[in-house]
Amino acid sequence: MDPRPENVALLEKLVAALKARGIVTEEDISLRQTIAERANPETGARMVARAWVDPEWRAFLLRDGTAAAESMGVSMRGNPPLGVLEDTESVHHLVVCTLCSCYPRAIIGYPPHWYKSSAYRSRAVREPRAVLAEFGTVLPAGIQVRVVDSTADYRWMVLPMRPAGTEGWNEEQLTALVSRDHLVGVSLPNAAQKVSRAA
Amino acid sequence: MSAAHFSPGQRVRVKDARPERIARLHLRTPHYVRGRMGTVERMLGTFPNPEDIAFNRPAEPRALYHVLFDQPPVWNEGQAGDTLLIELFEHWLEEA
Repeated sequence: MDPRPENVALLEKLVAALKARGIVTEEDISLRQTIAERANPETGARMVARAWVDPEWRAFLLRDGTAAAESMGVSMRGNPPLGVLEDTESVHHLVVCTLCSCYPRAIIGYPPHWYKSSAYRSRAVREPRAVLAEFGTVLPAGIQVRVVDSTADYRWMVLPMRPAGTEGWNEEQLTALVSRDHLVGVSLPNAAQKVSRAA
Repeated sequence: MSAAHFSPGQRVRVKDARPERIARLHLRTPHYVRGRMGTVERMLGTFPNPEDIAFNRPAEPRALYHVLFDQPPVWNEGQAGDTLLIELFEHWLEEA
């Protein structure tokens, strides 16, 4: 969808005013654009796959998500710290921002429309299992749901459990199984389901 | 960096306050946990108080905690064992 001409005109006026006051430069804008365009869920997927094959790196990722992301070439400058939520055989994490739309953009890209909807934001904390069911997610018996409300200065991603049937797979094969939805926690990766990624 | 007042495992209560009814405010404490009891998971660090940042006032660094709540008591529904994990600033917490 193309932006409306009147919105473009308004944006141009705003940018010109900010530049005239020395608040932003053309370089700042280009840098932010590059970072925004480079950010997509494949970054988070690569981080997850690496954690599945490398226990030492997994520990690093859980201890300091920001440093771990940077070690994979992601620029975290100007981004809030990244926290990583480790799913286990007893706990599954689901991320929501009830107050607005906080989301780990540096490693997943822009949030989908449903993440910002008042329906998701209000229901995820109140009836998480109903929300998961609508995403087609059935948790194995005995797993507790932990809803993480991203209310303040961290941004959170889920580190899902490595799916059964992926024994011996390499990082690249594993990366192909991890989608944006898995990093938010609304669904679980599955060995039979490769994620289609737009180029 | 200010010292953390609460430690991991400690029971805390979120202040049962509605200051936004009195004045225009920016708060990062969801309504649904006000007055609720939770358990400190860990301190996440110190961050400038968002209640000041929002109004472009000098913002003091405040300790931020991850606090865990049982989910069913908050809504009077849900499955036993399910939980909510929320980032809350120290000035919203009191000893329980």
